[in-house]
Amino acid sequence: MTTTAEQLSATTLLRFATAGSVDDGKSTLVGRLLHDSKSVLTDQLEAVEHASRSRGQEAPDLALLTDGLRAEREQGITIDVAYRYFATARRRFILADTPGHVQYTRNMVTGASTAELAVVLVDARNGVVEQTRRHAAVAALLRVPHVVLAVNKMDLVDYAEPVFAAIAEEFTAYAASLGVPGWGSGGDPQENWCTAIPISALAGDNVVEPSAHMDWYGGPTVLEHLETVPVSHDLTACHARFPVQYVIRPQTAEHPDYRGYAGQIAAGAFRVGEAVTVLPSGRTSTIAAIDALGESVDIAWAPQSVTLRLADDIDISRGDLIAPSADAPAITQDVEATVCHVADQPLEVGRRVLIKHTTRTVKAIVKDIPSRLTLDDLSQHPAPGRLVANDIGRVVLRTAEPLALDAYADSRRTGSFLLIDPADGTTLTAGMAGASFAAAAAAGDDASDDAEWDF
Amino acid sequence: MTTAATVSEGTGSPYALSHLDSLESEAVHIFREVAGEFERPVILFSGGKDSIVMLHLALKAFAPAPVPFALLHVDTGHNFPEVLEYRDRTVARHGLRLHVASVQEYIDAGKLRERPDGTRNPLQTVPLTEAIQQHRFDAVFGGGRRDEEKARAKERVFSLRDEFSQWDPRRQRPELWQLYNGRHAPGEHVRVFPISNWTELDVWQYIAREGIELPEIYFAHDREVFNRNGMWLTAGDWGGPKEHEDVETRQVRYRTVGDMSCTGAVDSDATTLGAVIAEIAASRLTERGATRADDKMSEAAMEDRKREGYF
Repeated sequence: MTTTAEQLSATTLLRFATAGSVDDGKSTLVGRLLHDSKSVLTDQLEAVEHASRSRGQEAPDLALLTDGLRAEREQGITIDVAYRYFATARRRFILADTPGHVQYTRNMVTGASTAELAVVLVDARNGVVEQTRRHAAVAALLRVPHVVLAVNKMDLVDYAEPVFAAIAEEFTAYAASLGVPGWGSGGDPQENWCTAIPISALAGDNVVEPSAHMDWYGGPTVLEHLETVPVSHDLTACHARFPVQYVIRPQTAEHPDYRGYAGQIAAGAFRVGEAVTVLPSGRTSTIAAIDALGESVDIAWAPQSVTLRLADDIDISRGDLIAPSADAPAITQDVEATVCHVADQPLEVGRRVLIKHTTRTVKAIVKDIPSRLTLDDLSQHPAPGRLVANDIGRVVLRTAEPLALDAYADSRRTGSFLLIDPADGTTLTAGMAGASFAAAAAAGDDASDDAEWDF
Repeated sequence: MTTAATVSEGTGSPYALSHLDSLESEAVHIFREVAGEFERPVILFSGGKDSIVMLHLALKAFAPAPVPFALLHVDTGHNFPEVLEYRDRTVARHGLRLHVASVQEYIDAGKLRERPDGTRNPLQTVPLTEAIQQHRFDAVFGGGRRDEEKARAKERVFSLRDEFSQWDPRRQRPELWQLYNGRHAPGEHVRVFPISNWTELDVWQYIAREGIELPEIYFAHDREVFNRNGMWLTAGDWGGPKEHEDVETRQVRYRTVGDMSCTGAVDSDATTLGAVIAEIAASRLTERGATRADDKMSEAAMEDRKREGYF
């Protein structure tokens, strides 16, 4: 694939994450996507060839392209999320390349938190395994809008359709148990949560080029799907939210009275003339002007960074939230959430923490940890007392000041938060407010796959 | 009134942002987060295209107010005169404050020793980290991009550095959603990379879209150069050419602007932004692979320098 004039014109950006176990061929798939989109350049390939030779390997080890750290190369493993960039004529891609080891759940959570799509790799010979379920569960929990089930190594199962069909069916059934199919689905197949694609990353089947070995498959290649999956949402269905980042007051001769509230629209759209409420104070005003990085506009939407000016001179500062008066969130000091613990030090009941939500950071205390989730079978372990690194569980927090918190199900941006250690600043925990698929199963020991997940 | 964002065609939604608008919005968000959370931020400014784009983004982020940060330049003593002239003109035009940390002053004072190969790029780390300590900067913006190098691909947007400015890749904070954690102890600081997610091509396309002025050495011109280790270096007082190295005049331009001793020019006839963009899109070499000697010193050269406090 070569660069065309089209590629230089305006395109959209897709952020996606890959997840896969160690031997599922993730590096090969990533290598092929990068290579075939001209994102691996001659000097990078030469460096990989040189390093491979000096290790006594005959063929270039494409994993060296993505394993950038000394420790990773020495140990031959991937220890951290890396971000990759490639482009086609239709779209630019940011790939969060996440390690697949069980103990790195937090890395997949990190990659998935900003992803619009997750690629879950499965070895066609092994089918849906524990790791597959874990990756699907994390994608569902983080509410990644789209998932690609890439059934890899089809060349090793004679490109047999029944093998692929059985895996796709099992995965779809599992996704249903996560409660996903009803979410974001519509008549358009593009809107379905999961798209299953039979591939051979090694041989190149259905990655960039359609496979000559699987004429029974009529769907898109991985790249085609990545290029066409929708990245923007129906703004009319979103609650508009604007966390105030910074107050712009030039106080210059040219702009003596300018007072603008700078921020990135977290969800939905804002219009000039709209009645708005500022939280947590509850004061109201109307939008007098929207400055979109130097241009005056009458409407702006997520995720644009803009500056709002209001008709009334009211007290607003960093950490406040501006929302339409007709659709303002409730404020609360009691937060229930599903969290992924990302720090090496545990999180215990009674622990004092900082909670960072949008642009607001307040003190909080961990009141309760009602349950811990086992991703393998989605079973709940009640009252674990504490969460350790890579654990996913439910927590109850009491905050020192009210937060304008949405359910994560309604807004990934205003429903998410971090817990931070006030002593040393460590990021402890990634939080998602409100119910999750885990919530309804918290009944106790007898949680099972046919429970009704509360999305 | 018009809508600011370029509405992309063929995406099925009038609300999809173009990739440049997405990247711009994200970078502006990062600048404003730092302004909201830190006491003494500074922008590293070299006069190279990445720091020029960063300054442009900062100007847009806080308009119509001035940029609430000072600039810091680490002058190796071997910088291109055209770039220093551009730097000073830019500082004056926008009424900015500029701090300069000088490698030459460190060498003259006996605090740094010239390397046998004459390369001063690795020497920048000491004046940089001391300037950060001396001015008590708590957030330091850099124009590093993750597409530049594989160690950079592993770095966070907010990168916590200890009191020695060291980067420990195994002890990085996970970065979730757009929630950047800038907490740090006194003496520590955070390196911030607002254009982490941009590629070289994105930078050039943005420069073209926004009509940003650049130092002229980015465009093809005749220059006296000599060949060392396969790179065209500019002849000059910094230590080249040596006796066996022949100077010739070639039509070249720079893809990246660093120290004269380690930044190579590329043969080019690209005299306009459009021609530069077409040239980069067709190139089979990465920006740093083509023109930076300092990254070729070892397989982990960038990682090792970053661990010590380099960007």
